[in-house]
Amino acid sequence: MPKPLKDSDQKPLVATVVPGTSDRAWIANGYDEVRAILSDDRFSTMPPAKTPEASRRLIQPGNLLQYDPPEHTRLRRMLTGEFTLRRVRALEPLVEGVVKDRLDAMEGAGQPVDLVAHFVWPTTSLIGCALLGIPRDDQAELVRHLDTNRLDNPDREQRDMAGTAYLAYLDKLMRLKRRKPGDDLLGRLIRDHGRSLTDPELTGTAATLLASFIPITGGTLGLGLVGLLENPDQLALLIERPELIDHAVEEVIRSVTIIPHASPRTATQDVTIGDQVIKSGEFVACSLLEANGTRAPGQPQDTLDITRDNSHHMAFGHGLHYCMGASLARMELRIAISGLLHRFPKVRLAVPRDELRFTARSVESLPVAW
Amino acid sequence: MEIRVDRERCAGSSLCLSYLPEVFDQSDDDGKVLLRTPVPGADMEEAVRGVAARCPTGAITLHARDAQDA
Ligand code: HEM
Ligand code: SF4
Repeated sequence: MPKPLKDSDQKPLVATVVPGTSDRAWIANGYDEVRAILSDDRFSTMPPAKTPEASRRLIQPGNLLQYDPPEHTRLRRMLTGEFTLRRVRALEPLVEGVVKDRLDAMEGAGQPVDLVAHFVWPTTSLIGCALLGIPRDDQAELVRHLDTNRLDNPDREQRDMAGTAYLAYLDKLMRLKRRKPGDDLLGRLIRDHGRSLTDPELTGTAATLLASFIPITGGTLGLGLVGLLENPDQLALLIERPELIDHAVEEVIRSVTIIPHASPRTATQDVTIGDQVIKSGEFVACSLLEANGTRAPGQPQDTLDITRDNSHHMAFGHGLHYCMGASLARMELRIAISGLLHRFPKVRLAVPRDELRFTARSVESLPVAW
Repeated sequence: MEIRVDRERCAGSSLCLSYLPEVFDQSDDDGKVLLRTPVPGADMEEAVRGVAARCPTGAITLHARDAQDA
């Protein structure tokens, strides 16, 4: 295996305390340490509680990240058939169609255009909704709820209301689909596994998938385009050598690492990592950002290099919770980025770099000309 | 060299078959790995090792077949 792209300048595994308590917790920053922890079955991702039963009650039904085996295995297996490489390839024409429509609309509107509002979010939300089978008329409202509900919205009350509306909508939709499952992901899930899934599990699965798809893939696409536009030499190289697109997509995913930390893990027994012992019951936060040698959005980044082999990065996590949508996300990013560059080979930022504004997981707007 | 896969552990990431479709395949039902070529030629060995190291769940293991083939 190639070594990590850049060693983290933080200590590989540091002890700290859980805020507001005297309990010890850990932060893993080193590539090897993060990889070891995420692939070790002795760590649990279930919500922390005094007893396993209490912990189970705290799980958001359908949110795979909060289950341990064997429940995790049972739920994940029902979904993996929907995310095979063959399925992802079968979705390519849909994605190509959506991307083409957006590019036509941009061309019609004339430059400069805000890529975030006119390309990144519309393509990603249309694809996510089509995949799950959200009726066209409902898509805009649902995506608005999801956007208002995002973690970095400072208005708590507004955020919670949007979260409730989002779940209520999906709950209603699942009831409809139970009666009339269509030929889409949720429909097939109901037809094949509907009897062994509870209503909250089904609704929760839909909620998790859509919330994993839209903000995360959209955020990566937006920030990835910033990275490419800031590195005109890399952009020019990609236009000259379109066959580099797979490497470029992987480099974009690594350089953004949109999920900065994996879900907290709790040791279920004492685990030795390097020369330190994580005691049973202690938490670990694994920094995917540090393990990947990445900086938060808007911070100066290391050089982007679309020719290097970075296929061992951990932006999709590692271990049994490895991202289920990884192939799908790669496919969308590939078609979106190559489609944009093919249509507008002279695409460039239309504002100075310092005027770009970032949230924790996205760029707010990205005006470009061509 | 012989490849073995642990379908129980496999997370259905599609990583192995996206790198080496001639060696790995995937079930349409549960998305888990299937072996197309359990005993690949010596020229494939390095590539297979690379893929085994990248598998997120360590579900791919490599085994010597006999004394000459370690
Ligand atoms: C560039 C885009 C994406 C990135 C970087 C990404 C990243 C991640 C990461 C890091 C994890 C593991 C977190 C942990 O172990 O704590 C994860 C899990 C997951 N992702 Fe993604 N993701 C992306 C897109 C998607 C898409 C498009 C979908 C589905 C439509 C998706 C569905 C999931 C699911 C269901 C899990 C939980 C898997 C489990 O617990 O077994 N992701 N993702
Ligand atoms: S790389 Fe590993 S987890 Fe992914 S499909 Fe292949 S065997 Fe399964």
